[in-house]
Amino acid sequence: MKALYFSWVRERIGKNEEDITPPDSIKTVGELMTWLSHQGEGYAAAFENEKTIRAALDHTYVKPETALGQAREIAFFPPMTGG
Amino acid sequence: MTGKTIVRVQAELFDAATECAVLTDGRCDLGALVTFTGLCRDEGGVLQSLEIEHYPGMAEDEIKRIVADTRERWPVQDILVIHRFGMITPGEPIVLVATTGLHRGEAFNAAEFLMDFLKTEAPFWKKQHLKAKGVGGWVSAKKEDEDAAEKWLAPHKPSEKPEIIPIIKQAEAKPA
Repeated sequence: MKALYFSWVRERIGKNEEDITPPDSIKTVGELMTWLSHQGEGYAAAFENEKTIRAALDHTYVKPETALGQAREIAFFPPMTGG
Repeated sequence: MTGKTIVRVQAELFDAATECAVLTDGRCDLGALVTFTGLCRDEGGVLQSLEIEHYPGMAEDEIKRIVADTRERWPVQDILVIHRFGMITPGEPIVLVATTGLHRGEAFNAAEFLMDFLKTEAPFWKKQHLKAKGVGGWVSAKKEDEDAAEKWLAPHKPSEKPEIIPIIKQAEAKPA
């Protein structure tokens, strides 16, 4: 699946987006965050406090317990500051 | 009739008066136009520029969702939302929300509701670049913005149509 990163999550990881292939045992958004946090120093820094990170699955906000299902795109970012 | 919905996410500057004219030109049925323009503040003179990052595609989708929620709550006519991204200089506009209605109540409420949820639900992030070199950073989400959005989440009654007394009747009702 495609992973997108925004704001300081993007800066800490050092990438805008990438294709990720988590193992089949990763079923939820929260499990994916934990798995990503073990993919390197930047990832560890980005996901050091998972509670502050928001996620969207195919353009819809989701909670950590949401199943990944057949989603094609997941995005991780801090709370929004638009307007 | 159901009015127009215009949602744009763009880097370019916009002119609020020109944008709003599109909603009101040639209309004689409207009783209210409410507009809000969010400007880039210089933070007491220390800000060089504001960088706004967005999630292309989802930003538009999410604004349209907020517009749909707004239309469920108030019988507004037109809704216009323009949100910029990229580098913005102090004094420039960032966001424009405009609503039209037959009466001011729904137009005021809808505009405020739209702004409150644009702040907390639309995927945009602000980064400050200060004049002092190497200083700045991502703007943190504010508690007061969350509170502003949350106040709308209390159970609400669908807006009731105010009773309109024709002017002639009002005149008749007055004691001679």
